[in-house]
Amino acid sequence: MPNLTANLAGIRSPNPFWLASAPPTNSGYQVMKAFDAGWGGAVWKTLGVPIINTSSRYGAINYRGNRMVGFNNIELITDRPLADNLREIEEVKKYFPDHAVVASLMVESRKEWHQIVKDVENAGADGVELNFGCPHGMCERGMGSAVGQEPSVLRLITEWVKEVATVPVIVKLTPNITDITEPALAAAQGGADAISLINTIQSLMGVDLDRFVPYPEVDGKSTNGGYCGPAVKPIALNMVKNCAQHSGVHIPISGIGGIENWRDAAEHMLLGASNVQVCTAVMHYGFGIVREMLAGLEGFMKDKGFGRLDDFIGKALPNVTTWENLNLNYKVVAEIDAAKCIGCQLCYTACEDGAHQAIALPGNGQGRVPAIIEENCVGCNLCSLACPVEECITMVRKDNGAPAETWKDYMASGKAPTEFNDERAGGHGHWIPEPKAGLGRKG
Amino acid sequence: MKRAVNHSFIPSFLHSFIHSFFMAEYQTPTTEKDLETSFEQIKPYMNATMAYYESARCLFCYDAPCVQACPTGIDIPLFIRQIHTGNVAGAARTIYDSNYFGNICGKVCPTEVLCEGACVYNHQDVRPIEIGRLQSYATAQVVEQGRKLYEPGPANGHKVAVVGAGPAGIACACELRRMGYEVDIFEAKSQPSGLALYGCAPYKVTNEDVLEEVEYLRAQFQFRIHYGHPIESREQITELEKNYAAIFLGIGLGPTRRLGIEGEGLANCVGATEFIEQVKLDPLSVAVGRRVVVVGGGNTAMDAASEAARLGAEEVTLVYRRSREEMGAYEFEYELAKSVGARGVFNASPVAILGEKEVSGVRFIRTRTEGGKAVPIPGSEFEVACDQAILATGQSKRSAFLELIDGLDRDGQGRIAVNPETFQASNPKYFAGGDALNGGAEVVNAAADGKRAGRGMDQYISNSARGEGI
Repeated sequence: MPNLTANLAGIRSPNPFWLASAPPTNSGYQVMKAFDAGWGGAVWKTLGVPIINTSSRYGAINYRGNRMVGFNNIELITDRPLADNLREIEEVKKYFPDHAVVASLMVESRKEWHQIVKDVENAGADGVELNFGCPHGMCERGMGSAVGQEPSVLRLITEWVKEVATVPVIVKLTPNITDITEPALAAAQGGADAISLINTIQSLMGVDLDRFVPYPEVDGKSTNGGYCGPAVKPIALNMVKNCAQHSGVHIPISGIGGIENWRDAAEHMLLGASNVQVCTAVMHYGFGIVREMLAGLEGFMKDKGFGRLDDFIGKALPNVTTWENLNLNYKVVAEIDAAKCIGCQLCYTACEDGAHQAIALPGNGQGRVPAIIEENCVGCNLCSLACPVEECITMVRKDNGAPAETWKDYMASGKAPTEFNDERAGGHGHWIPEPKAGLGRKG
Repeated sequence: MKRAVNHSFIPSFLHSFIHSFFMAEYQTPTTEKDLETSFEQIKPYMNATMAYYESARCLFCYDAPCVQACPTGIDIPLFIRQIHTGNVAGAARTIYDSNYFGNICGKVCPTEVLCEGACVYNHQDVRPIEIGRLQSYATAQVVEQGRKLYEPGPANGHKVAVVGAGPAGIACACELRRMGYEVDIFEAKSQPSGLALYGCAPYKVTNEDVLEEVEYLRAQFQFRIHYGHPIESREQITELEKNYAAIFLGIGLGPTRRLGIEGEGLANCVGATEFIEQVKLDPLSVAVGRRVVVVGGGNTAMDAASEAARLGAEEVTLVYRRSREEMGAYEFEYELAKSVGARGVFNASPVAILGEKEVSGVRFIRTRTEGGKAVPIPGSEFEVACDQAILATGQSKRSAFLELIDGLDRDGQGRIAVNPETFQASNPKYFAGGDALNGGAEVVNAAADGKRAGRGMDQYISNSARGEGI
């Protein structure tokens, strides 16, 4: 039986699935219920001087019948008095001593930071998470992402916290920055024990076309919010990877962003996350989703022969390299399984209009299964991605078996194009129709 | 909702007794409310949530097979995408641009063998998109709102006559009005829509839906319909020819063809077209037999059988002279008839309708199919007892009327012969479409014909006018 016990910089939990600091961790009631349902840890809704929220706080992107593919919020930190939160933290810890309860914090002065760290430690928190990520509202007051975007300030505050903290300190990073490793490095240098990322991305969710007000609307006005949900996972994965691969950022990572099922969690962990935090999926489907996550991750570990999480945390990192190290002699070509093809011809129109005109339509009376024009196919994957049928279009390796050669090798051996009209251009000699042939054709 | 006898409360010795009285799936309706049960819509309107999720499933195929399968060539992926993006009026416009009977066709089209049958999802055993219902979802909304999508073109000074206010004639009138023609429709009956009203099965579309869509079209295109105005005489035809630049014949077909067998004149022996018309116009007045025999194997036979069963007939027997495979009706129509209790008998041909004053049965002779024809097997006669015989053996052509028109060629089966591109008849002043042309098909075919004929008439009249001008 695989062991799912997680350890983030010394914070232990029965499994790697934590609730992120957000509405689902607003109260002891919710956290108790979540632990009861199977969650391993919870980062409490950010504590500080309580705020006042707006009515109407969330917005969502629905895509072709799927709700909340992307989600945003303009909610601030906790609006409940600190004492109430502390009392509830204490009670949760009493019932669940082996579960991780981490207090997310956001205050301003050094004195406040010292005080609140001590308060939550006294309440029994297993760790603290410094909220330097919130990109709406609080940042206007010099907190949240305003700190996360200033590595020197981030480092200073981290140092303040470390002056008093006896439990591990996690620094939560904002993705609203050009290079995520800069604040990550500052956190490590400031003495943080771990980083968590990503917080939400600054966003406007759309505009009401009748009222001309973006969502979510508050009495005819709106403001930028924080974007999250399944749509942000790729951004999160890249940032987790960047931090995990950075030699200076040698502290553990808690992965956040678009995690809804065991696959998402496994991906975050393969790219270096020691555990994961979840919010939007719970806001959509409730705490019960953790059952699928636990069973899925356990099954994955069994299938792959992983006894513990450490067996696969970061396992994909060696396979993420820079572009210049990719093998240019590797070639795949699309292959259509005619028996599975339903004849929608989306591959044709995608390739024809969006790629390399490498798919031909059957002649009149020849059915509707398109054909790959192998000599035009550059192996871009587009057709296989657009195809609605499972495993109908596959990308098949069809290179000549030549040894790997990368852009770096090309540069060294003089095979790389250097002139504007260089004959060594990758697309030189590729068949492309004459411009005028594009007229009068059906789109 | 179907009513069923709740067996658990009935002592077992009473079962067979009660069964002999309560065999039918449906009871004879006696109130408007009963009719709603008997004729519950098989394709009810979608609500916004259904339409949202169903429209999300459309793949937006390239050169979509559903469009190719539609006789009117509606840009189906486009209108479904418009529904999904909340542009319902835009979707309706896309539909009406190709087919003026968008709502009716969404409900009565045999989508199983047209658009939905062509949906690529079928190839992976995924449920096809419910195109018909999405189509009705969009069009019914603009009809209900009376939202104007079209207006007549500026008057071009030409007048056109349309004979028959069925789907072909109305579609033709709409198309011509868009181009600025003045259009007079002459209709023998007191209501428009032809067989869309008098013939479509009541569980497929309601009379209200049919009439509202035609009124919606009339309000936009402002063609004139002269009701109770049959064109029957040579004098009337001469008058039309004198007053109108061209004439469209959307005259449909005549009454059910007689079989020429003994007993056809008995009370309770009715033609399917006439039976269905009564069901449509005054369903509570239909005295359906307890045991009904329907003769025929086409879609009209299936409708008549279903309607008889839904009106409370306890035994409905469909008898077709050839094999089940050779039956002209769509498979799903036969399944629909069976689902309400009809029973199929194949390879049997009617010999005589039996009875003194009223029908008491039908005598059949068994047949085998040879070279596509039903050949009687001597000595194999048998009788099916019944209280009503419905003959769904095809409608007659309106030959007597067509003979009044000079130089109007017909094909070997008595159908008006036209140029397939322009729908122009051999007498160049005449155009035709719908059942009179195809011998009896769907509303969608009539709608397609009428629209295309409208364009053919425009071409003809424009060319003639230019010729005169030179």
